[in-house]
Amino acid sequence: MSKSLKAICAVAATTLLLGISAANAGKYNLGRKALPEEIKAWNTDVRPDGQGLPKGQGKVSDGETIYNEQCAACHGDFGEGKDRWPVLVGGKDTLKSDDPVKTIGSYWPYTSTIFDYVRRSMPFGNAQSLSANETYALTAYLLYMNEIIDDEKFVLSDKNFTSVRLPNEKNFTKDVRPDTPTQAQQKPCMKNCKTEVKITGRARVLDVTPDAKKE
Amino acid sequence: MTNKIKPGQSESAASRRTFLKGGLAAGGAIVAGATAARSATPDKAITEPHEWAQTLGEGVDARPYGTPSEFEKHVVRRNVSWLTATPESSVNFTPLHELDGIITPNGLCFERHHAGIAVVDPAKHRLMINGLVDKPLVFTMDDLKRFPRVNKVFFLECAANSGMEWRGAQLNGCQFTHGMVHNVMYTGVPLKYLLEEAGIKSSAKWLMPEGADASGMTRSVPLFKALDDCLVAFAMNGEALRPEQGYPLRLVVPGWEGNMWVKWLRRIEVGDQPWHAREETSKYTDLMENGKARRFTWEMDCKSVITNPSPQAPLKHTQGQTVITGVAWSGRGTIKRVDVTIDGGKNWHTARLDGPSLDKSLHRFYFDFNWDGKPLLMQSRAIDSTGYVQPTKNELRKARGTNSIYHNNGIQTWHVRENGAVENVEIS
Ligand code: HEC
Repeated sequence: MSKSLKAICAVAATTLLLGISAANAGKYNLGRKALPEEIKAWNTDVRPDGQGLPKGQGKVSDGETIYNEQCAACHGDFGEGKDRWPVLVGGKDTLKSDDPVKTIGSYWPYTSTIFDYVRRSMPFGNAQSLSANETYALTAYLLYMNEIIDDEKFVLSDKNFTSVRLPNEKNFTKDVRPDTPTQAQQKPCMKNCKTEVKITGRARVLDVTPDAKKE
Repeated sequence: MTNKIKPGQSESAASRRTFLKGGLAAGGAIVAGATAARSATPDKAITEPHEWAQTLGEGVDARPYGTPSEFEKHVVRRNVSWLTATPESSVNFTPLHELDGIITPNGLCFERHHAGIAVVDPAKHRLMINGLVDKPLVFTMDDLKRFPRVNKVFFLECAANSGMEWRGAQLNGCQFTHGMVHNVMYTGVPLKYLLEEAGIKSSAKWLMPEGADASGMTRSVPLFKALDDCLVAFAMNGEALRPEQGYPLRLVVPGWEGNMWVKWLRRIEVGDQPWHAREETSKYTDLMENGKARRFTWEMDCKSVITNPSPQAPLKHTQGQTVITGVAWSGRGTIKRVDVTIDGGKNWHTARLDGPSLDKSLHRFYFDFNWDGKPLLMQSRAIDSTGYVQPTKNELRKARGTNSIYHNNGIQTWHVRENGAVENVEIS
């Protein structure tokens, strides 16, 4: 089939599907209506615009207490990350370096991601155990440790949440691939493409392959 | 192993195992078998009786769920333990060099978990659809199995596959450099059927699938993709999903990065904006040299790798008829062509594609040639149905720098020595 014909067929198929969906919503009559209590139990996600934030509040200093009890064992007293556990603080001005350190302060675009993620995934091994107020307090403390907030008495709540922005928000761009030459731009060479070939790097130099010695 | 080995058998099994180990050792390329083939003395493998030719083997009750031959024990997923703090938040790798054809056996599909393998009771598993819908719905597994279902083969590649190779050749083995990919036939319900059942509001543009595990994995998926080809799958390669692949239910997002294929799928929220979850901000964003980061880089670009020979699978002969084989795939369509070079890119030969050519699936290629016994610099270069050409690693570095971690689909080079040993190298 020619490319353009294929494209036309694809468009036709999509239109057809959308058509069916509008006309026959619920045609299989399967599943049952979700109850409000059920939706509430699972629907904890939070968006950058604040949608999904529960009512509540938490102080930086309360966050510090919870952090020291439930988080510091892995992430370190200052968020520096013990052993190989993730680093939560620092990395300012490293994104263009050879060793970029991506943290809430240096890299993350949105405050809401901290709240959403900590509440659903942390502490590691005891997830989904933090209350809304505890999560506000921890978020506030993580912002404080990352020098986004400088007042220890700051209280983060559903009311002021969206006013706290992260410095790297503007540095996210969209996908611009393909960003290397396509067949249309550069016909791949088949014969006599180079005169000389040199080995410029070897994996053995680093020798980090697991079991390399055993096998 | 569940089977008992009789006294007479254990000896031959043990010696066979040593033999296999010898064959695997890099550099130990000329092995007993190859020599025997050219020997003037009769081959004892033929002239002497084998235990297995005289005594009874195990009965049908011995292996109610079959496992591979004991001689294939080394064919396993492997972890790179220095990569992560703990195996519950880690990754292991598909042994691509031990596989052929296009389908990955279920037990060898690489794993990536963020909070370990959730053990979910299907009787207690629910899928909820809520948000911008006319009627929020809850499905049981039994409900889902009453929808019309389809069977489709798709590759799943982690966006970080080959991520350790951005700065240069690091890991010796295609299992480690390319093993975060697998290719499976899924059975499931087109996601659009479920969304139609709930009725999508006209303002809806995004979906947020959520996992039932202790990471509560979430991603933002644009609605157009969900209506196009996403599946809610409950079976892989004909049997129920494996626990480590999201049993009893996972999202299938064909051609797009593996992290979006949420496992243990329990909820899909419909919305009008993306959520900017941790896995699409802190992770799975591609940091460029200028400090900016690309987000929502969903498609897995066209890529290929020679799986044999490769560092973990050296050649066992030193010249003559030789098979080079590998896999190629593209998140944007099918593979139209794979070229192979054995002289470091001076000359290229179009490889033979064999087996089915399916959309967003692994393709198998072969290059059969007569090896003159001199060192080889092997590469493969794939071209997909959109005309995208797999780039060199240096082309990628020029466009993106070396901090991206994700989406490294550059051309891989293997150096084969005279003795058949293979090393991961980079060339000019
Ligand atoms: C047992 C160790 C452990 C404890 C305790 C723990 N974490 Fe974590 N944390 C992890 C691991 C492991 C990850 C990465 C998980 C993954 O996605 O694989 C992580 C990730 C994070 C991240 C995301 C980091 C990034 O850059 O993407 C944040 C934020 C975080 N933890 C906050 C917390 C908070 C707040 C607590 C206390 C309530 C906590 N953690 C307790 C191990 C731990």
